[in-house]
Amino acid sequence: MTTSSEEILLQVPHVRYKKGDGTLYLMDQRIAWMMENRDTVSISHHYSDIKTQKISPEGKAKVQLQVVLHNGVSSTFHFINRNGTQAQAADRDRVKELLQTLLPKFKRKVDRELEEKNRLLSSNPALLQLYKDLVMTEIVTSEEFWAQHASQYTKAQNTQPQEIGVSGAFLADIKPQTDGCNGLKYNITADIIESIFKTYPAVKKKYIEHVPSKMSEAQFWTKFFQSHYFHRDRKYAESKDLFTECGKIDDQEMKRDIQDGVKDPLVDITSFEDKSLDEGYGTEVEKLPGTFGTVSQAMIKRFNQHSIMVLKASKNKTDQTSDQNGLQESSTSAKVKDSRPEGDEHLNKKLRIQEKITYEDLEISNDKSDNSKIQLNLSKVERYLHGPMPGGNVEQFSPNEAAILTRAVLQETKQWQNSRQPSNILVNPAAAVGALGELSPGGALMRGFQEQSLAQLVPADIEKEVRHLYLSLCELLSHFWKCFPPTTPQLEQKIVKMHEAIQRFHAAKLKPFEDKLIRELSPLSHHLTKHLNQLLNASYQKFNNWQKIKNIR
Amino acid sequence: MRLSVDGLIVYFPYEYIYPEQYSYMCELKRALDAKGHCLLEMPSGTGKTTTLLSLVVAYMLEHPHDVRKLIYCSRTVPEIEKVIEELKKLFEYYEKLDSIYPRLIGLVLSSRKNMCVHPQVSKEREGKIVDSKCHALTASYVRERHNYDETTPICQYYEGFDMDGKENNIPYGVYSIDDLKQYGKDRNWCPYFLARFAIIHANIVVYSYHYLLDPKIADVVSKELCKEAVVIFDEAHNIDNVCIDSMSVKINRRIIEGSTANLGLLEKTVAEMREDDVKRLQEEYQRLVDGLRDASVARETDVILANPILPDEILSDVVPGNIRNAEHFLSFLRRFVEYLKTRLRVQHVVQESPAAFLKDVQLKVCIERKPLRFCAERLASLLKTLEISDLTNFGPLVLVTHLATLVSTYTKGFTIIVEPFEDKAPTVSNPILHFSCLDSSIAIKPVFDRFQTVVITSGTLSPMDMYPKILNFHPVIMSSFTMTLARPCLLPMIVSKGNDQVAISSKFETREDIAVIRNYGQLLVEVAANVPDGIVCFFTSYLYLEAVVASWYDQGVIDSLQRYKLLFIETQDSAETSFALMYYIKACESGRGAVLLSVARGKVSEGVDFDHHLGRAVLMFGIPYVYTQSRRLKARLDYLRDQFQIRENDFLTFDAMRHAAQCVGRAIRGKTDYGIMIFADKRFARADKRSKLPKWIQEHLKDSLCNLSTEEAIQILKRWLRQMAQPFTREDQLGVSLLTLEQLEKLESSKSVKQS
Repeated sequence: MTTSSEEILLQVPHVRYKKGDGTLYLMDQRIAWMMENRDTVSISHHYSDIKTQKISPEGKAKVQLQVVLHNGVSSTFHFINRNGTQAQAADRDRVKELLQTLLPKFKRKVDRELEEKNRLLSSNPALLQLYKDLVMTEIVTSEEFWAQHASQYTKAQNTQPQEIGVSGAFLADIKPQTDGCNGLKYNITADIIESIFKTYPAVKKKYIEHVPSKMSEAQFWTKFFQSHYFHRDRKYAESKDLFTECGKIDDQEMKRDIQDGVKDPLVDITSFEDKSLDEGYGTEVEKLPGTFGTVSQAMIKRFNQHSIMVLKASKNKTDQTSDQNGLQESSTSAKVKDSRPEGDEHLNKKLRIQEKITYEDLEISNDKSDNSKIQLNLSKVERYLHGPMPGGNVEQFSPNEAAILTRAVLQETKQWQNSRQPSNILVNPAAAVGALGELSPGGALMRGFQEQSLAQLVPADIEKEVRHLYLSLCELLSHFWKCFPPTTPQLEQKIVKMHEAIQRFHAAKLKPFEDKLIRELSPLSHHLTKHLNQLLNASYQKFNNWQKIKNIR
Repeated sequence: MRLSVDGLIVYFPYEYIYPEQYSYMCELKRALDAKGHCLLEMPSGTGKTTTLLSLVVAYMLEHPHDVRKLIYCSRTVPEIEKVIEELKKLFEYYEKLDSIYPRLIGLVLSSRKNMCVHPQVSKEREGKIVDSKCHALTASYVRERHNYDETTPICQYYEGFDMDGKENNIPYGVYSIDDLKQYGKDRNWCPYFLARFAIIHANIVVYSYHYLLDPKIADVVSKELCKEAVVIFDEAHNIDNVCIDSMSVKINRRIIEGSTANLGLLEKTVAEMREDDVKRLQEEYQRLVDGLRDASVARETDVILANPILPDEILSDVVPGNIRNAEHFLSFLRRFVEYLKTRLRVQHVVQESPAAFLKDVQLKVCIERKPLRFCAERLASLLKTLEISDLTNFGPLVLVTHLATLVSTYTKGFTIIVEPFEDKAPTVSNPILHFSCLDSSIAIKPVFDRFQTVVITSGTLSPMDMYPKILNFHPVIMSSFTMTLARPCLLPMIVSKGNDQVAISSKFETREDIAVIRNYGQLLVEVAANVPDGIVCFFTSYLYLEAVVASWYDQGVIDSLQRYKLLFIETQDSAETSFALMYYIKACESGRGAVLLSVARGKVSEGVDFDHHLGRAVLMFGIPYVYTQSRRLKARLDYLRDQFQIRENDFLTFDAMRHAAQCVGRAIRGKTDYGIMIFADKRFARADKRSKLPKWIQEHLKDSLCNLSTEEAIQILKRWLRQMAQPFTREDQLGVSLLTLEQLEKLESSKSVKQS
């Protein structure tokens, strides 16, 4: 069975398989075992079929290796090197290691797609349900399902997911709990850790430096929560706290940023004043620089720093890309760049100021783009503001109509007064009681009322099932209707296919459900599926019509 | 549009106009006609600047002999730049309509720091360093020295300007700082001196208050401006403080040490010169004897700070004999500095009048009043004679001579207070001698006297009758305009109690109360949860802000706040605050939303706008009273009571309310904007406070909004926000809060019909 083209990567003699001794070969595509003194391979597994390999624990008498295939079959190889267990284990380990490197390569090739689909299904419950209803019942084939019905999901997969920013309160959200013995327990999740790393690159650096070489992850986070870094009301002492340095790095970065100055002239408070007098003039008592003091001042600084870093964390990504562009630009046109920043600055400044001095409502609007905006047109603003109010759905009348109506009502009442009989018996009591009875739930006149309480009568599981039926049917129908008008042969083919699928659905899902309904809750059976049937019939009719026309042609 | 205001054709660079803009123009025109001063309050963000400019420019074009100049004073550099941009827009509009550019020049003057183009000097960040470096390159003796010694560095731009800059006027147009810089660079002229020179014949000058109000600077810069000018003080709600600041001086230990060092250096230089070049000292002496006002004073580059007293107080006498000689003068100064040193060595607070101070000086160190008055001038002359180019180091000594001149010139309206320590830190010895101006009318009086029309305007001038009193002038027009609105785009509310019904107030007794702080916190969290985008909060003082933030951290308020928005806090370091502000804006623009905690009377509250999404809600935690225990304030209050019959409480409330209004007014700009104003203090509801708010806020502060709990306030603002979220089109506004030309004319004709 071996072909000459196959390359043997490893050959291990003295391997027993099912009481026969032989040699184990590891080829570049498969693993094979050959009985001693034979020239045919009795065992051969493609790597792609192998799910896992297992080995016997250390210290066991037999040194074995087992490969488990995807279909559940397994083969066990027993290493029986005569040089003792040491050599046997060494043989086994060689095989194991090689397999370890080989298996993932093949595994990925096959499973990538499957995994992806699996992931999609598990993350989209609606899609999973559809899959269950349509594919597992064989109404549509699996390929068809993935190609057509799940296309929007797979497509969405390809678009870049939006970068999620960092919540401003991620540190505050870590709530400590007492662990019962005078200690605190902090629970952090991967999300929080990511937030911390994103916001505080210095901590990330520390983490990379220390974990796991110098301390465990848990130790690291314990230290983090003990540090001033987390407790912002503490000033950093001169201790050898792991995070003192982080604080310093952050401070330095902030200082550098501040020194770079603020580009927007409208917020640069330092240059607001247009006088250059020495200290000593005026009445204001200026704070001496360098008196940096109280805990709360430090804390305020930390809050600002935190917010700034949170904002930076979400901006970093875009900045990086633009930086790269900037680099390329500067390398190509270094000369241009020199003159540009200043000009840009002036232009920016001018734009900012222009923006501040224009009053858009005083200006004549010459751009029609405003009109293209979709405006919310509310007929009743009050309803939007206050929500539905009792009597809110009374129709509006024009004053004219209202006048006519009131007149009519008045006339009516006048007539009442005119025709009013002195006797106050309008209906005899027995008839009234009878009428009341008929009008109560269960009475003859209240029969139509049932439908409204359908929601209450239907058990939850049936309701769910109906919902699923709707979901699947709508999916199928939407594909069916999409094919009209059929302009290409492909579309025509698809119509036929979809029609068959719908019919299959009818037979495989709807019919059994209806039967079940009749068995379980007979009075409701038709009400529940009436609409579904209508939908089906409409599509059948359409199909028949189409076919007729086609045949005539 | 081209509209007629009481017969005057005014070009207004927009197609529509707010009704209040039109009435503002009418009032302003009447003031110009009457050649008197006026006081006008118009809601912030209703286009005051453009209204002012379009009317005054039209008036100047129509009556070129009555109004020859417009001097527009604003407070901050960004404000100044905005004015210039508006002016540009107006001029372009003139050109568009008439197809000729108006034959006017408008330009801005700013400090050297903003205008310098010298490659090295302009790199400096601090104003006074730029000034002194510029001086070192451009002073007349430096340039003279350069004539025979090529290695002496000079500024090529100034040389270029001096060579041919003065012959020809700059062309008609509007020049912003950047334009001037570019213009200067192109011609190799110094933009700063170009602007200094050009303002004399320019028609419109835009600069900072100080250039007109501070005698030290005004005498250098604005001396030659003509009298037929309209002076506009925009954002003038704080003008009294600017006046007081410009006349006040304070001396601390560092100044004394610095001036002692300066004196030592000067003595050494004088001694050296005595050996090398006696002639020069002799010349100076002779000049002083002759009583010749220094001929070279006229040289623009030589003086940075002029005499600190007002021009009409400067004596035309000869410098007294005992300080004419350089050595004598220096020992005279040394005596004075030593005297000040002894005054700073006190253990308790001393307050005395300038007269008592002079008497004490006379008694202790035998210095008379008259030579003291010449101190500032004499030192300036000496520094020039000694050809000292690096003036930065001589700041302390200059300050001391300014004190000497001021204290010996003014006996009324000033006070001297020596405090051995700060009130906040009674254990730390940090003695300061304050020479404090009490009367804001002193500094502004020459302006009122000199120019024919002075317009004081701002969004928040209420109560308006206070300003004529404290500035001591008689306006011909005084009016306050409200904002006509098509929808209630501002929602002022007074929140007086928390959800637990505890009254909230920042008054002294309850300020530290944990319940009050918690209620403030809850209010903020609730607002943050319900209001989109930016929220700005103002505290009464920085100390209070710190205390509240610390206590909010303990109570977990900060944590819950961070869940909704990012938190930024103003600090005492302005660079840091600017940086935080920048990120605040970024946070608002990215849609994340942010909360800014700031301080009333701080730099943020005075200079930064929070329009549109940058400030959907403003919260004022407490009434921003000035620190009432300050002795300088007490002295001022006493003075106001004695001189102007203003009661202490009236003034304090007035001051607090104008700051409160200023803070909340930051949120609104234009009628398409909308904002919530929450006054979180029980005391705001009282009539004496409420009535002092500007009319345009009061109008919307209905009785039903005056005593709310946190929850009620949130309910109201939720409903209001939903209402504001409705589309708002021009059609909604037209005719109500926005007028076309036709509508305006119709309105006018109907008015005149009614009158007749």
